[in-house]
Amino acid sequence: MNGKLAIVGDGDSIMVFKAAGVATFPAENEVKAREVLRRIAKDYAVIFLTEELARPLTDFLKRFDEQPYPVVLSIPSKNGSTGYGTELLKSAMERALGVDILFNN
Amino acid sequence: MARLNVNPTRMELKKLKARLNTAVRGHKLLKDKSDEMVRRFSSVIKENNRLRGEVERELSETLRQFSVARSVTPAYRAETAFSMPSVAVSAQCGVASVMGVEVPDIALVNEKRSDGLPYAYSEITSEADYSVAKASSLLPKMIELAQTEKTVRLLAAEIERNKRRVNALEYVMIPQLEETIKYIKSKLDENERAAVIRLMKVKNK
Repeated sequence: MNGKLAIVGDGDSIMVFKAAGVATFPAENEVKAREVLRRIAKDYAVIFLTEELARPLTDFLKRFDEQPYPVVLSIPSKNGSTGYGTELLKSAMERALGVDILFNN
Repeated sequence: MARLNVNPTRMELKKLKARLNTAVRGHKLLKDKSDEMVRRFSSVIKENNRLRGEVERELSETLRQFSVARSVTPAYRAETAFSMPSVAVSAQCGVASVMGVEVPDIALVNEKRSDGLPYAYSEITSEADYSVAKASSLLPKMIELAQTEKTVRLLAAEIERNKRRVNALEYVMIPQLEETIKYIKSKLDENERAAVIRLMKVKNK
């Protein structure tokens, strides 16, 4: 299967990926991002989403956790990382193992 | 532990024994599966952590560099320069199986490009060129991160489900069956003793 890549985020953060050949979908707030995601989830295999938009949509993004595709990955935007990715990692780890084996705190 | 509601007969006893056997075997298998999944999970999550650190660092840097490049160019010119991408990347998507869990298996294809920039050099500053080049070189890593992160989540969900099954077998199903088997055995023994005594009484008359 051939899948396409997409990136959803605010205009500045995603423009550089447009030049790199990734389909870009500007979304300035989480309401818009939710709409965009719903629209493109079937057509794209990998969707990058900036952390600012991913954080308020955590519950919405859970629905993608059940099947292999689409893969939604949160990435830092131009304002730098907010630690959201690490939080997700931590919650998955606690869910599966019940203990923290990476960060030890 | 509550016992099952069955008639204390030999038939039922036989059936229950078979069920108990299956339950014990299933419990052992599931427990082994759980152990192996946890082992894989911990290696995947370490990999994920490492990749995420790298991607986040490099990506933030690239984006910062790019916003600097953008800020020295008028917005409309940057818009036009980037509005028509000259390359399109896509990914080969497969499904791999980790302990029976379907996880994505993605590889980037047709990364080859002539010059890779959608604009003329004169249109925009050279910092933009660097950040575009860097962004495209980051893509394989980002895809890899996407894949491992999804694997982590799918595995976590499966481990949780599997744990529930193991616990249900260990703490509900198996004790229940054992209790019921014990009950039926004692009932049958009781009946047998009653029959013997009855015979003895009849004979004595």
